[in-house]
Amino acid sequence: MTTLDIHDLHASVETDGGAREILRGVTLTVESGQTHAVMGPNGSGKSTLAYVIAGHPKYTVTGGSITLDGQDVLEMSVDERARAGLFLAMQYPVEIPGVSVSNFLRTSVTAVRGEAPKLRTWVKEMKGAMEALQIDPAFAERSVNEGFSGGEKKRHEILQLELLKPKIAVLDETDSGLDVDALKVVAEGVNRFQEDGTTGTLLITHYTRILRYIHPDFVHVFVDGRIVESGGPELATQLEDEGYERFLKAGASS
Amino acid sequence: MSIAPASDHAPALRSRDVADHTVPSGREESWRFTPLADITDAITGSTALDGGLDVEWTADPDAVVERVSAGDPRVGRSFLPADLLAARALDACAEPIVVTLPREWQGVARVSVRGRGEDAAGHVVIDAAPFSEGTVILDFTGAGRYFGALEVRVGDGARLTVVSLQDWDEGAVHVGEHHAAIGRDARLLMGHITLGGSLVRLAPTVSYGAPGGDAELLGLFFADAGQHLEHRVFVDHDTPHCRSSVLYKGALQGEGAHTVWIGDVLVRAQAIGVDTYEVNRNLILTDGARADSVPNLELETGEIVGAGHASATGRFDDEQLFYLQARGIPADLARVLVVRGFFADVLQRIGQPDLTRRVMRNVDARLGVDSMDLETWDEEHGA
Repeated sequence: MTTLDIHDLHASVETDGGAREILRGVTLTVESGQTHAVMGPNGSGKSTLAYVIAGHPKYTVTGGSITLDGQDVLEMSVDERARAGLFLAMQYPVEIPGVSVSNFLRTSVTAVRGEAPKLRTWVKEMKGAMEALQIDPAFAERSVNEGFSGGEKKRHEILQLELLKPKIAVLDETDSGLDVDALKVVAEGVNRFQEDGTTGTLLITHYTRILRYIHPDFVHVFVDGRIVESGGPELATQLEDEGYERFLKAGASS
Repeated sequence: MSIAPASDHAPALRSRDVADHTVPSGREESWRFTPLADITDAITGSTALDGGLDVEWTADPDAVVERVSAGDPRVGRSFLPADLLAARALDACAEPIVVTLPREWQGVARVSVRGRGEDAAGHVVIDAAPFSEGTVILDFTGAGRYFGALEVRVGDGARLTVVSLQDWDEGAVHVGEHHAAIGRDARLLMGHITLGGSLVRLAPTVSYGAPGGDAELLGLFFADAGQHLEHRVFVDHDTPHCRSSVLYKGALQGEGAHTVWIGDVLVRAQAIGVDTYEVNRNLILTDGARADSVPNLELETGEIVGAGHASATGRFDDEQLFYLQARGIPADLARVLVVRGFFADVLQRIGQPDLTRRVMRNVDARLGVDSMDLETWDEEHGA
């Protein structure tokens, strides 16, 4: 049983005009076996929430807390968070020229598991995971994210998710820029990750489309740096019909 | 004997005679980046270049490696000094090294030159006979100052790989030209791996004697605080239907780390059908380091297959670091991965697994990581 507890989280980013607060008191609990969808309009700060959980140095946490099974996440470095069981599937994964996918994956898996996987079983494991995501085996020899299409980048992120098997996965707009076929493949990967009930998922998205393939237990509407409404899957249906209009007006008048 | 200059980018004068050369002021284009104070005494001759060197070699199968007398006719046959220091070095070199790869010979020869902490003059000749297919590794280590040229002749139809590794101790100095004369339909891969030494200034230069020649120049350098590593490439396309491809990559870290890359390519009017491309990339890992990069392409004819150059110097990308760390990889190991990856294409093209491994160990040590953590990299890259 794992719990990611985010309480009254405030975070800001340094701009030319001084510090600008982006997260304004986020409170959210994700437990193993649960899938939470955080939905919001552009610029609401939902991706910032993902990056702050992962520990991106660009953001400064000015208040609140994040704990993973009681451990203080904010005290941890980026790599410590990953080894503690947090994973962020990035919206824009960076290219790392000259570092092959297979080397990157094995180095990462070694770091997270605390020991190097045996070469023979590792190759089998990696190939199996790639096959499930319909990734060409030749992919393993390419440089990380270099020259990847948008769909390949996202599948590569989910490949890492399945191999690293974190306690809590944060997926930052993993659905954006994918065609329907790629979206299904990626969603199947997330569902495989989530199926045994030992892990939790925080799915950040702008669109409801992915929720046809990944079924959330909880849906949160994120506006202006905080969660303004929470509910069950029916809230997503409502958003699909009505859009964010209602919440934007509410945010503006508050 | 001397040869007059042919172009702005060609050396002003080539002569073996010390009296033909003048003392550089440091304002010359060719010297303006170099910390001349460290070598002024050697240039002016106030310090004699009479120090000793420990030289060892192996060759498989047997190739002729020998130390010859200064007057040997193979010394200075295709190379003449372009400056006073080079002329003094050749003049002072008592025992040049000559490596002869016989006709149709196939194999590897290794020559190691170790400085004893003295001021030494050296000269190495590599004579690859027609249709030989060989690899010669020059391995410079130790302490002191070494002044001397490399004189390479690639015979007609030969395929030669020459890699010069500069892995000197801290405080060491190495200055010299690496000149290659490429024969008809011959192919040369010349690699420079410069890791150690406080002042290393190499001038790889290529000329072609006949059509069909192909030169691939590859370089890798890593400068730490207090190191000045300079590579000055000059490809003289004096002959039709030849090719050149130049790729040098440098990494820098630490206060005062300085690298210089000059890439001069001259395509003379008669050199129609030439194909040339040169690239320099530098990766700056910390504040306080400086990379100078000056590509220079001079075309005297438009009847060419292709010509281009590119140069880019960038800072270490913190987003790459974040991405790797977000996958559980500690920051120091993440930096190693990025730098190893940066050098990977140059090392693959040089294609010497033992040297690849040596460079990687060096990179790891500089970035403070135990190399045992990265065994997979070696397996995948054949080291």
